[in-house]
Amino acid sequence: MNEKSGWGDYILYLLGAVVIIILVRDIYVIARLPQEAQQGAIFKIIFFHVPVAITAMIAAAVALVASVLFLITRNFRYDALAVAVTEVGLAFLAANLITGSIWGRIIWGQWWAWDARLTSALVCWILYAAYLMLRRAVEEPTQRATFAAVWSIFSFIDVPIVIFSIKWWRTQHPQPVFWGGGSFPPDWKAVFLWNMLAMVLLAIVMTVVRVRQENAQRELDSLRRTAHAM
Amino acid sequence: MNAVAVDGVWKFYGDYPALRDVKLEAAAGTCLALIGRNGAGKTTLLRILGGFSRPGRGSVRICGAAPRDTATRRRIGFIGHGISVYDELSAIENLTLFARLYGLREPRKAATEWLERTGLDRVAGGLVREFSRGMRQRLAVARAFLHDPSVLLLDEPFTALDDRAIAVLQRLLREGLAEGKTIVMSTHQLREALELATDVALLNRGKVAFSGPRTPEMVADPGFLYARYGEG
Amino acid sequence: MDFFRQVMVIAAKDLRAELRTKEAINGSLAFALVILLLFAFAFDPTGDTTREISGGLLWIVFAFAGTLILNRSFARELPNDCLDALIAAPISGAALFLGKAIANYCLLLAVELVSLPVFGIFYNVRWTQRFPELMLVLLLGTWALTVLGTMTSALTVNIRLREVMLPLLTYPILVPALMGAMRLTMELIAGTPINSENVMWLKMLIGFDVIYTAVSLVLVETILVG
Repeated sequence: MNEKSGWGDYILYLLGAVVIIILVRDIYVIARLPQEAQQGAIFKIIFFHVPVAITAMIAAAVALVASVLFLITRNFRYDALAVAVTEVGLAFLAANLITGSIWGRIIWGQWWAWDARLTSALVCWILYAAYLMLRRAVEEPTQRATFAAVWSIFSFIDVPIVIFSIKWWRTQHPQPVFWGGGSFPPDWKAVFLWNMLAMVLLAIVMTVVRVRQENAQRELDSLRRTAHAM
Repeated sequence: MNAVAVDGVWKFYGDYPALRDVKLEAAAGTCLALIGRNGAGKTTLLRILGGFSRPGRGSVRICGAAPRDTATRRRIGFIGHGISVYDELSAIENLTLFARLYGLREPRKAATEWLERTGLDRVAGGLVREFSRGMRQRLAVARAFLHDPSVLLLDEPFTALDDRAIAVLQRLLREGLAEGKTIVMSTHQLREALELATDVALLNRGKVAFSGPRTPEMVADPGFLYARYGEG
Repeated sequence: MDFFRQVMVIAAKDLRAELRTKEAINGSLAFALVILLLFAFAFDPTGDTTREISGGLLWIVFAFAGTLILNRSFARELPNDCLDALIAAPISGAALFLGKAIANYCLLLAVELVSLPVFGIFYNVRWTQRFPELMLVLLLGTWALTVLGTMTSALTVNIRLREVMLPLLTYPILVPALMGAMRLTMELIAGTPINSENVMWLKMLIGFDVIYTAVSLVLVETILVG
């Protein structure tokens, strides 16, 4: 495992460097783009707001797959992946909520307008935050991993129902027009996709780092138990 | 075919192996005493035998089938650390409940019979919460024997019992052995256990340090095994 | 057939034990009444707007008071290690779960049916206008609360901070079901019938109930046997 992790390190550093380069370039390009006709500079927040949301959704899907695989195989590597990707997903979803809220403050004049998408995102954030709380409360590693996996499946099933019902709930209220009629010039699409790539890569790097921490933590935990048994 | 067969069983808590490559067998009509100090894995092993938890690796067979099979569960009687009867139900209600869950044909009759056998028939209608410690323990014994299990798994059965409950349990265990039941028990009470045991296994940090038939010198000197194979 | 017999044995056991001590149901009922009282201070109980939102208040009362019953569901197996005996018994985890859920369902419904008239009196609401439809919503919404609450009760029974973790897990996942139940209850109390507009919510509630009942029955064995 040790000689392999040496190679893993190089790949991880390389990937990290690539993420930084793409991000710096993206920020430079986005800053130099002309202002959008109706919304002005604030419109550019979309280059981050949407990619982080999509990344968070991918993270939730990966967490589901990892949780199911853990329940089938009982291999703790899947549990480590599940917790890592959930934490990273939560961070990205938080970024989505914050950018959305800032945009709302400028365009609608209020931080929180109970917009359908923001509200759904908030409920999802709380759902997965509860997953992390559950993990903290369970002491025994096998039980923790099992319970968490079950809860991850429960949460994932809830996401589409939440999104659907909040949309339905919103349509019965006066609804602020989403994106304020802002247009999206086709040549901006490339910039958007580059930033999408940057966000996904960033999430992957963060997840890998967290998975390694989890694995090390589990090893430490087992060594401590061995020491206690001596 | 052995009544209890454990082969290459590992159990992990995270990465920590609580059981390592455990291999044990118990034939019908024998009594296997699991000894070893706290944390050696006795309870973990018994809970795997009872189907409360799954082994990480290896195979466990009770009467030739997996412990979690419904048919196997009917054949297992378990006494753990708690008495596993409800304080807010009466003695007869408790036993009838478990007789129903085990699908006995005449639940009420089985319950009454076992209350008599454990000397609790006079308090059949009394709530368990009002029982003395010894009465509760005898009820727990009745619950474990109620469905006539062929394999008995006992986790420290003598530790918390009073004299009368110990007498009841020992009598039932002897009768059971004579009928061909298999007993696996973990214990610290070496003297009581070794008298009953036909085989002994010493667990040390999750490994089987010794297993074999009980010899007269073990009964004469209960510390013999620990002295010979180490306490870990 | 065996399955349903086992379910009923478990449900009867839980109900009998609960009715003998009345710990959970008394606590839950008292809590429901206290919250109903407190809401009257937060919102003007005679105002029209309060009457409009009162259906929502009602479900908050049910969810809060229900927690006390649900928390006890698996926790009542803790003294004397009774859960071990149930897991060792030759019944499936699904039968155990369903039996407990049915017992909880009965207790929750009992608390709700007592709270409803009290609510009607306190807030001067004519809640019986659409009685059959309201009962349907009550049954569906309460089942959602029951299934997830019983599952969470099984998850949290052995862990630290059990009392805190149950609502923390249950409420967020219940958001769609509670939203549907609240909206329907508000409209039914106001006298609006089930129409093409709000029937969506009813369908969503049914779907929610079916999905989570199925998933819980499949996964509960994994939780009980470690």
